[in-house]
Amino acid sequence: MSLQAKLESGKFAITCEVGPLKGTDITEIEENVALLKGRVDAANVTDQQSSVMRLGSLAVSALLVQRGLEPIFQMTCRDRNRIALQSDLLSAWVLGIKNVLALTGDLPSLGDHPQAKPVYDLDSVTLLKAISQLNEGKDMVGNELKGKPDFFPGAVVKVESNTEASLELQLIKMERKIAAGARFFQTQAVYDAGHFEQFMKRVEPFKVPVLVGIIPLKNAGMAKYMNANVAGVFVPDDLIQKMANAPKEEREKTGVQIAADLIKQMKGMCQGVHIMAIGWEKKVPAIIEAAGL
Amino acid sequence: MIFSEPKPFEEILGYLEGEKSVFILGCDGCAQSSGSGGPVQVEEMKKKLVEAGKKVTGAKVLPFLCEKALVKSGLRGRVAEVVAADSILVMTCGLGVQAVAASLNKVCHPACNTVNLGGSRGEWPGSERCKECGQCLLDSTGGICPLTACTKSLVSGACGGANNGKCELSPDRDCGWELIYNRLKAKGQLEKLKKFISPLDHSKLMPDPKLMSTPRYALESLAQEVKVK
Repeated sequence: MSLQAKLESGKFAITCEVGPLKGTDITEIEENVALLKGRVDAANVTDQQSSVMRLGSLAVSALLVQRGLEPIFQMTCRDRNRIALQSDLLSAWVLGIKNVLALTGDLPSLGDHPQAKPVYDLDSVTLLKAISQLNEGKDMVGNELKGKPDFFPGAVVKVESNTEASLELQLIKMERKIAAGARFFQTQAVYDAGHFEQFMKRVEPFKVPVLVGIIPLKNAGMAKYMNANVAGVFVPDDLIQKMANAPKEEREKTGVQIAADLIKQMKGMCQGVHIMAIGWEKKVPAIIEAAGL
Repeated sequence: MIFSEPKPFEEILGYLEGEKSVFILGCDGCAQSSGSGGPVQVEEMKKKLVEAGKKVTGAKVLPFLCEKALVKSGLRGRVAEVVAADSILVMTCGLGVQAVAASLNKVCHPACNTVNLGGSRGEWPGSERCKECGQCLLDSTGGICPLTACTKSLVSGACGGANNGKCELSPDRDCGWELIYNRLKAKGQLEKLKKFISPLDHSKLMPDPKLMSTPRYALESLAQEVKVK
């Protein structure tokens, strides 16, 4: 069953992430695809994540199609203008790619090519609007397409905000994304089920499927780093303590267990889970199993 | 100087929809030499607005609207007229609109589009910035420019990168969209955030080739001659 069919029929969906690496070696991607195929409904293919130049998300999404794992083609507005974005969307469709995740994209100055020109000709909302228009058989300026795609567009939202303005702006933007055509949402990583419950109360009226983001913790240092440096990620102290207290050989198991527990606590509140393993793709099946999905 | 051109009158009327009264502010600096916001244009605007059924509580042309201190001191003695108006129509460049919006707790509408002169500078340097985009968005954003206040120049709202109200680029820089949110909230205009803003028309951001290599003394007359398409 496709991701779209699953979400539209109200079934709980599981997605994960495949991150292209720097270079042309695709061994690891092939290993991960073999491992994840049949276990998840779809895998996001990240687009120059954190503004670090790598193998492209369009090519890797096409590889996933060939190998039978449904991709979610991530597309940021950082590196391409509206001509290139629309053209790559058409290319994606002819390569068999159905799901697109529209993102604004991190600033180049935060990545490994800080000298690069940031584009942002479009942003996540206007990109979604462009996708909707292509689905209707027209480009952004209204020219007819010969043959049109039928994308299933998605977007992201941040659950944790530390100012009123930030939270309200996220919710307003979520509404704008829905109005522009977003049909599912994946969230930034969540570590506090209570916070997630409050957030879902606010977005429930929008009636759009939400997949809660999960990043398994590898150690206490990673949690502290994310709290200090990653906007919208908040790991509570008790989870950091749990990781710090685990003996070295148990750490991996503890991280997997915390992720599984979070999924168990939150799966009743939303329509799916999005596991971002960040190098730990091989642990994804264990997390799914421990969560009882 | 900063070159600006008047927005179409219908667009301005659209901004004033639902409002009964307005105070008009003109600028005797660049907007006067641009022919978009000097005493003559302010007088014309006043007439047109009255004809369109609006009450004009007052009008004033100040020397440099881009300088907040001059805005505040210049309006001394006119406070009652400003207070009586539903909003202020600011007939000058993007810098001036932003400076007025920051100085007065009133809804401020831009009456002009600021035109790109191809890198020429010479404005009064306040903290406001204008990108000379030729399609002024300040009406939708509480008088804070999203193109210059947001590091990504986003028109559709905040990205997910802000932390404690600061931009992910630097803890010293405010998130432009949080500033816009707080300003719109203070002015009771939060519904503006739900309006879809089309992606920028970059052809309007391109200066006319003639304007890119012209000495400053010739620029003022040339900018008016070219009269941006």
